[in-house]
Amino acid sequence: MKIAIASGKGGTGKTTLSTNLADLCAERKDFPGIILADMDVEEPNSGLFIQREVQKEIIRNKMIPQWDKDLCSNCGVCDSICRFNSLLKLGKTILVMPELCHSCYACSELCPENALPMQMQKMGRQTIFNTDSFIFIESRLDVGQEQAVPLIAQSIEYIDSKYPKDFLVLLDSPPGSSCPVIEAAKNSDFVILVTEPTPFGLHDLKMAVNTMREIKKDFAVVINRFGIGNDAVIRYCSDEKIDIIAKLPDKREIAELYSKGKLVHRDVPEFGKELKKVAKYLKRLSDRRNNQ
Amino acid sequence: MKEVVVISGKGGTGKTSITASFAVIGRDNIVVGDCDVDADDMHLLLEPDYKSTEDFYSGYTAVIDQEKCTACGKCMDVCRFKAVDNKIGKFEINSADCEGCGYCCVICPEKAITMQDAYVGEVFISGIKTGTEMVHARLKAGADNSGKLVARVKKIAGEIAKKDGKDLILIDGSPGIGCPVISSLSGADFVILVTEPTPSGIHDLKRVFELIQKFKIRSGLIINKHDLNLELSAELKDFAKNEGIKVLAEIPYEPDFTKAMTEGFTVVEYNNKTLKKILTEAWAEAEKEIYKEVIK
Amino acid sequence: MRIAFTTKGKDWDSQMDPRFGRTDYIFLYDDESEETLIEDNTAIQNAAHGAGPQTAKKLFDLSPDILITGNGPGGNAAEVLKKSELKIYIGAGNMTVKEAYSAFKEGRLDAN
Repeated sequence: MKIAIASGKGGTGKTTLSTNLADLCAERKDFPGIILADMDVEEPNSGLFIQREVQKEIIRNKMIPQWDKDLCSNCGVCDSICRFNSLLKLGKTILVMPELCHSCYACSELCPENALPMQMQKMGRQTIFNTDSFIFIESRLDVGQEQAVPLIAQSIEYIDSKYPKDFLVLLDSPPGSSCPVIEAAKNSDFVILVTEPTPFGLHDLKMAVNTMREIKKDFAVVINRFGIGNDAVIRYCSDEKIDIIAKLPDKREIAELYSKGKLVHRDVPEFGKELKKVAKYLKRLSDRRNNQ
Repeated sequence: MKEVVVISGKGGTGKTSITASFAVIGRDNIVVGDCDVDADDMHLLLEPDYKSTEDFYSGYTAVIDQEKCTACGKCMDVCRFKAVDNKIGKFEINSADCEGCGYCCVICPEKAITMQDAYVGEVFISGIKTGTEMVHARLKAGADNSGKLVARVKKIAGEIAKKDGKDLILIDGSPGIGCPVISSLSGADFVILVTEPTPSGIHDLKRVFELIQKFKIRSGLIINKHDLNLELSAELKDFAKNEGIKVLAEIPYEPDFTKAMTEGFTVVEYNNKTLKKILTEAWAEAEKEIYKEVIK
Repeated sequence: MRIAFTTKGKDWDSQMDPRFGRTDYIFLYDDESEETLIEDNTAIQNAAHGAGPQTAKKLFDLSPDILITGNGPGGNAAEVLKKSELKIYIGAGNMTVKEAYSAFKEGRLDAN
């Protein structure tokens, strides 16, 4: 079962929830195996909280056109076709800017001289780590690359093909409500939206809820830093009939542990207790799915 | 007229609360622009009146003219984004998956496909509680921020400032290091960096600073929640010193930030003298830097 | 020597545009023939992404010897400009075109 952990806005505690939850679920042994996959490919931060050992590194590539100047007749068709400004005709030279390329193949396949064959180019890497209790997978985009979606898609495909279906896969997703998070969410069975009980948190939660409804994905909410703010998020969820799975408490101690790169659930019992609710919720979710 | 951009790289550092506080401190001299359209939260603190709205289009989406379409399926063959649906012989573009590359449009033998501007959301001009105006935007679900949208918000803000004779445009910048943040920085006179002393806060700050250096814009640093981890705070200050970044403020971890926000106030309008003092002084420092003439 | 400026308007008293990629105009001055040429770049507003490289391409075609602008081009644009043999001077974002020209002449602008 694959669970995307997402949030409308950054900094709401997605990574705190993902890392602690993976650790707790591994301890509980509700699932035959646990995988934590950091899909926040522009800024993968989960690894900062996990003791780990590299097991395998996979280079991830995308396809980009490679200019063959001997074949090129300088007709400029490629430049006029590219709508991403990623390929330019500069006098007698064709310059490709790989970071801007969407791999649509139009320039390559419409080039009358076949002078722009598509070739693999590195866009990032996916690293598989062993930890004491679960498998940790990190996908990281190279600096300057603009397209997060292909890397997320390839990373999830790899997980689907390599691991049994009854493993619990937690996808620590990119922030926001746009393409990268949609890519992670639509390839998951269920989405957990993490929010804060503040006006900012509520506003960003609403945007995320709209997105999930647009792509018709089942979801529920975890409130982080519960105790600050007001009860507007709770009222909103109740009006909209959205499950609130757990309310992780607000404590300075948690923020301090986070700033030191440490897990929280063992040291802060109130946090651990709420986190257990999330673990149990996922267990029930998986039982229900298996019975269907 | 000067343009000041506030950015943070990582989310949740207090960037928006601090930007809105500066807008309140600077009051009627400042036109505000919210370019953090993925988390457009500034409107929750500045009471905009949404007095004018324009539709915003960015990128393209393919549209099939069913009258002309002969259902040959060539568009579906060439689309790398699985955006063409074949519904029992009727071909349609799923606009959510369409990247707007235009390959289908070029290949269609019947010229049945056109590329249309993609609607992504709205741009607003609002009067706000400081007595000036704010330019902000809202994206529809699933739409991406873009350099184009950021440039539009900044352009309108600039026009308003010029018309009303305001000295300063204050921009809540986009997150990350991609095209929107490049567009946020482009044309700026000064950058205020907001970060926190956590491993991810430091990491993301360094990444975004590389961009600032490329543009050679002067910058100042605000360390929020600095007492959470004094060791990392010291590391941040060392970094600032080595890179010639002026440290504008160190703000303690303080629940009143959130309390004020919950009540719809910026922290400088709230009953916390310490925070108000720190932020007022930070803005005064920032203003000195902003107006400092670099004379050769 | 041909000098290109990124500008918000079409004459010597116009403000410079501190942006490179999304500059409204490219103002081209040939200080030998004393001719000026204005390249309208306002259509670049329609580019969702990649404005920098597109403007850089225009500059490549205009092939000036010098570019005077505000912040300097971003990464991709810089990549394109490497193909042209021009020198880039920055820091003129808040000047008029006239002021930027004299600042350049007097050596008061930074080379990028």
